[in-house]
Amino acid sequence: MSLLQIEGLGIDFGGLRAVNDVGFSLKPGEIVSVIGPNGAGKTTLFNMISGVYAPARGRVVLDGEDVTRMPPHLLARRGLSRTFQNLQIFQSMSVLENAVVGHHLHERGSVFADLFSLPAARRRSKASEDSARALLDRVGLGRAAEQEAGSLSYGALKRLEIARALALKPRVLLLDEPAAGCNAVETEEIDHLIAQVAAEGVSILLVEHDMKMVMRISNHIVVLDHGEKIAEGEPAAIARDPRVIEAYLGAQATEAKHADG
Amino acid sequence: MRLSSKVTTLLILAAVIAIAPVFFPSSYYFRVGSLIFVNGLAVTGLVILIGYAGQISLGHAGFAGIGAYACALAPVHLGLHPAFAALLGAALSAGIAFLVGRPILRLKGYYLAVASLGFGILVSMVLSNEAQLTGGPDGMAVPELGLRGALKAIGIDLSNTEFWYAFSGFVLVLGAWLALNLHHSPTGRALRALHGSEVAARTVGVDVAHYKLVAFVLSAVYASVSGSLLALQNKFITPDVAGFMHSIEMVTMTVLGGAGSVLGAILGAAILTTLPQVLTIFQEYEQLMLGLVMMLVMIFMREGLLPSITRRIRGRGE
Repeated sequence: MSLLQIEGLGIDFGGLRAVNDVGFSLKPGEIVSVIGPNGAGKTTLFNMISGVYAPARGRVVLDGEDVTRMPPHLLARRGLSRTFQNLQIFQSMSVLENAVVGHHLHERGSVFADLFSLPAARRRSKASEDSARALLDRVGLGRAAEQEAGSLSYGALKRLEIARALALKPRVLLLDEPAAGCNAVETEEIDHLIAQVAAEGVSILLVEHDMKMVMRISNHIVVLDHGEKIAEGEPAAIARDPRVIEAYLGAQATEAKHADG
Repeated sequence: MRLSSKVTTLLILAAVIAIAPVFFPSSYYFRVGSLIFVNGLAVTGLVILIGYAGQISLGHAGFAGIGAYACALAPVHLGLHPAFAALLGAALSAGIAFLVGRPILRLKGYYLAVASLGFGILVSMVLSNEAQLTGGPDGMAVPELGLRGALKAIGIDLSNTEFWYAFSGFVLVLGAWLALNLHHSPTGRALRALHGSEVAARTVGVDVAHYKLVAFVLSAVYASVSGSLLALQNKFITPDVAGFMHSIEMVTMTVLGGAGSVLGAILGAAILTTLPQVLTIFQEYEQLMLGLVMMLVMIFMREGLLPSITRRIRGRGE
């Protein structure tokens, strides 16, 4: 039984078919990667699944419920959470507060209790703060908790976004290029973290340009090109698929070699 | 550290309010002080709206007008005690903010500014034009609050200006306490989150439309109570309280002092309330200098006076 099912999803921008007829599914604890060249529509796909864009065609089904075009905050309540390719950090808040905000659904209560700082409100704040600290430790940001979020490095902010998304205790986690801008050591840490989270039963949908990482941790890969799904399958099969190599891996492999050299 | 920042702010505020009268050469200063506190209260509400939630309103004087005229009208027409009239005004402002906020908070940036501006103008027009009820542009009298008499009966004898200094100061500290509580609460975090990134706030489950409305309604209540206090201490009110200039003043005070900080915004209220009194010695250059000060602060200290200064001091300390 799949936890998240995408059926024939599509959206147009002006006359352009940005994404067309994309479908696949995620089982609990599975890591599915979406790959494809720049502009293939990966982030657009993410935005449709997470409710940021309203798809023109198709359906998103979460745990048997049709959640197509549902706003993000209601999807969050149903256990779908995400990170962003172009960071969306609460810059003027501390690192800790960023992670605490992730607990919003668990800590929200009456405005009245918050205004008067009633014991109930303080208890809720304390609980989410404790949990946030544990999450920050988990992504290796425990010592930066009191810093202003804006002062962190790019790689650290990526991990902060993951901590914030995990705070929701999601069932489905969408990660948009979590390792972008990270060095080899950081990438490996994120790699472990993702595998760990998946092992706890969270389904992970991943967009990532680091092919080594994608091949290593994915159970299943979906390849997009020009907004269409051109291939789908296990990492080993995808790596051999001639259409994929032509559309993406070939160019990427040469690029990667140059970058490494 | 963060927890104590709330206590620090409240202590500074209470200490300044309590100690300042020692240096007052005449009762006129009590009057200026109470005006600062009344403006400070409205501005504290705007800290919630502008500083926390990142939304703008150029029409909040409209709510001050509702609070002020509730104190003038409800005792006469409904036979309410002025204190309950102020509460009625606050409830009315909250209700109107709820109804008005729903559609206009969908707008962003300057669209929201213009829509809220329209609301403020609407209220001041109604107050000016319903002359039979409100006395029109000439204004109307407001009954005595009566609390001073009650205090006298239990042995606390204050002059009128002293009483309003103490009472508005007390209400300001109360308002600041609530706003500071909110800052570190789940609601406050949700507001600051949607300020930082609406899309990220949504994805962690924040109902952005709902929380914008919460900030709008709360700030409207602050403005309303501020208007009530102004009406009650002046014992007379004109539609100017709801006017465009008053709305602009409120926002300017907030941004000048530092919209993200309760103490900063109150400092902004103190400066912009006091400065015109000080600058009267320059007579016709008063407005010019006021404008110049505001421009310089915005150019060199964009976060507002207090946050910029504390940041600079901290930077030097390290």
